[in-house]
Amino acid sequence: MTKVDDTTHMTTTAEVGGIGHRVRRHEDARFIEGQGNYLDDIKLPGMLHMAILRSPVAHARITSIDTSEAAALEGVIAVVTGELMDQHGLAWMPTLSGDTQAVLATDKVRYQGQEVAAVVATDPAIAVDALELIVVEYDELPAITSPQQALEPGAVLIRDEKEGQTDNRVYDWEAGDKAATDAAFARADRVVELSTFYPRSHPSPLETCGAIADVNSVTGQATIYLTSQAPHAHRTLFAMVAGLPEQDIRIISPDLGGGFGNKVPIYPGYVVATAASLLIGRPVKWIETRSENLISTGFARDYYMKGQLALTNDGKILALRVEMLSDQGAFYADAQPTKFKAGLFHVVTGSYDYPAAHIVCSGAYTNKAPGGVAYRCSFRITEASFLIERLVQNAAYELGIDPAEMRFKNFIQPEQFPYHSPTGFVYDSGDYPTSLRKALDEVGYAQLREEQAAARADGRLIGIGIAHFTEAVGAGPSHTYDIAGLKMFDSAELRVHPTGKAILKLGVKSQGQGHETTFAQIVAEELGIPVTDVKVMEGDTDNTPYGLGTYASRSTPVAGAATAMVSRKLAEKAKIIAAHLLEASSDDIELKAGEFFVRGTPSHSVTIQDVSLAAYTNMPEGLEHGLEGVHYYDPPNLTYPYGSYIVVVEVDAETGVWKVRRMVALDDCGVRINPMIVEGQIHGGLTEGFAMSSMQWITFDDDGNCIGSNFMDYLIPTAWETPRFELLETCVPSPHHPIGAKGVGESATVGSPAAYVNAVIDALAHLGVRNIDMPLLPDRVWSAIQTAQG
Amino acid sequence: MEVTVTVNGSEQAHDVEPRVLLVDFIRTRAGLTGTHIGCDTSNCGACTVLLDGTPVKSCTVLAVQADGCAVTTVEGLKSNGTLRPIQAAFKENHGLQCGFCTPGMMLVGSALIETNPEPSDDDVRWAISGNLCRCTGYMNIVTAIQAAAASTADA
Repeated sequence: MTKVDDTTHMTTTAEVGGIGHRVRRHEDARFIEGQGNYLDDIKLPGMLHMAILRSPVAHARITSIDTSEAAALEGVIAVVTGELMDQHGLAWMPTLSGDTQAVLATDKVRYQGQEVAAVVATDPAIAVDALELIVVEYDELPAITSPQQALEPGAVLIRDEKEGQTDNRVYDWEAGDKAATDAAFARADRVVELSTFYPRSHPSPLETCGAIADVNSVTGQATIYLTSQAPHAHRTLFAMVAGLPEQDIRIISPDLGGGFGNKVPIYPGYVVATAASLLIGRPVKWIETRSENLISTGFARDYYMKGQLALTNDGKILALRVEMLSDQGAFYADAQPTKFKAGLFHVVTGSYDYPAAHIVCSGAYTNKAPGGVAYRCSFRITEASFLIERLVQNAAYELGIDPAEMRFKNFIQPEQFPYHSPTGFVYDSGDYPTSLRKALDEVGYAQLREEQAAARADGRLIGIGIAHFTEAVGAGPSHTYDIAGLKMFDSAELRVHPTGKAILKLGVKSQGQGHETTFAQIVAEELGIPVTDVKVMEGDTDNTPYGLGTYASRSTPVAGAATAMVSRKLAEKAKIIAAHLLEASSDDIELKAGEFFVRGTPSHSVTIQDVSLAAYTNMPEGLEHGLEGVHYYDPPNLTYPYGSYIVVVEVDAETGVWKVRRMVALDDCGVRINPMIVEGQIHGGLTEGFAMSSMQWITFDDDGNCIGSNFMDYLIPTAWETPRFELLETCVPSPHHPIGAKGVGESATVGSPAAYVNAVIDALAHLGVRNIDMPLLPDRVWSAIQTAQG
Repeated sequence: MEVTVTVNGSEQAHDVEPRVLLVDFIRTRAGLTGTHIGCDTSNCGACTVLLDGTPVKSCTVLAVQADGCAVTTVEGLKSNGTLRPIQAAFKENHGLQCGFCTPGMMLVGSALIETNPEPSDDDVRWAISGNLCRCTGYMNIVTAIQAAAASTADA
């Protein structure tokens, strides 16, 4: 197995800045001077402002809406209701999971915060003032606030408008082999079970969601500025929903202030703003407040999970059984591949080798906001990774085996790759034992266990939590993965100009990941064009090739591959031009670090810049002019990044407060294009994992009121609480990716929650504590200690 | 009401409603969009500016309260065509990702360095604990502010 790290892999000089260089980010120049261009910074001539009236209750029939007073307010241009939208066939829209969602409510409201009406005015404050003047009468219905309640016989029907829907069930789905799993459980020495709830969370990027719709009533041209992680897919969906000709729709996704999955769906506000602009003939801007963002746009998680491991007494896993019940909110609007009802949750077998697994998943409608977005994860892998890592940890306690040893006993071995998992995944590459061994050595595991024992004797609580996660990212391949029918390939278009400077255009869209630098580095690596000479463009559907967008860690695995492949296409043509300039046969030309030379005589060479000029000034006869190409990349498989995370905590038994003493994170994401950016991504993900394990959740009272509708109630960790991280790496390249990269944007969010929780549970394991649901608030930890101590 | 605020050295006089927030005055009247809005509750700090040299969340200050004051925004950090050390340090140390919290972080950091030329890790973390970042996990922001302090002291 080839192992490289960034220093041994580097083939280019720092000036060229190819793969492995810590190139400082090109995009930073505008951000550090306040010259970013986020949605709310855009101001168009004649622009109007829209505000949305939302339901104050979770479930009610609308008996009347009176907009007369609002419409009469000076400065109000229009008041839009569901009735008006319905006249244009736009009161409902399809979701990314094949359901429908109300744009503006016509019959009932189904969650608190649902869109009821909109006001368009000359000033944003006037629009908000006018909302106060709209009078809506509601006839309240019982609110359903959990999926268990939703599936009780006789529960009030939330989706009564939906033909054929007789209960609140959204889907039933299963994966794996039930018979083989049952047989393995029948011969098991022990069965270890864990029921845990992964609570509802929200990605809450610092910039909320919004749109500016500018529809020209004469030409029909619709330019829609959108906080969009997937502008091309959104254009197609706009064409399908609104019936606008696709060539007349231009989606511009400007600088995004974070996304984390929150900016994948199409929200009602986008549709209403577009309809309003179409009807009024002026640009209409809508941008959410933070509360609107938290109560109505794509939530994440909300999975009730029960897992069982069939085990031998000496710690071998024989099989896994999982039952999962998901709270979908009022509309099934998960952003996920069509074939899979619970995303890629069935990757739940994790980093371990056993022959059988059976996963049963169900989803239910509740009176909560819809969404189910992959919050910084590849389609529900976060929930899966959490469950298996918590289960393995608990199995170790029950069998009296060290939690690290338990993992070594069951790891998929390096020689087993490509590894066929019992639920149908084909893991591409990895060396899990080396990864965990290295992380354990770094943290000083043996000494920590000794310290823990001594501390316990002293009445102090120290815990060591381990998680070894395996992700599955970078969808396609297109034969298995699509979103709303659109195959999950991605694209890159590269043009090298006469002076040797290049423009790279991509179908993906950065939300802070540094695409303008990373993807330029791939071109620099492949063609030897200095990274500062490559401009990267994204986020404008009229000026970039079609792609499915940035989420599920797919930009590097898919668009990164497309960038390498289009660069190689250009290199082939460049070799023919170089042969012409060197008066040699193109078969004899080699390209290395931007120099084309005749094999065996490196002194006889031309540069990529010479070749670029010749492509426009001195072409060999019969060859098409220019140095330009496009590549649509359909990955042959997902990539499988992995890592070993170890958290050391100290728990105060008197208060339940826990503090992270160490967080050692080893990531293997294959080849690292820009190690600096990779480390930044990991820092961010480890923080989000800490957030979910310690404080960040959205809950509801029995009436369906959202608790967590602002940053005072929905806690985001500050610098003060956030742990310091120690990063490690190994590098087992992806065998099928053109540059061996696997993607890393979400690894730490996926892998780390179990590490933090396992650490706290480990501190209390000797008391018999086996589970505390997230977030591990001090009172929950304290109560667990009290209960365990009787 | 007529409100006059000196923003980055340039006088901005505008007739505004009493309810207009300083952040809106800066963004829509003065036309400087580097100051961002991230929440409605003064928790996130994306709107942080310096009011007579002191960091404030400009969503918590009415424009009328700033009448006669001097405001520095991110656009005012650069002087005579040269980046402030804090700006260069954020780029050099990868202290930003999406860039939305960055103006507030840099302004708080620059104010900290004024009073504390050698801030410890805890000093920096306490100073920026009113500013949220969803991307970086704060590690590189802390490093950037400390690096800016070091290069300011050297200058």
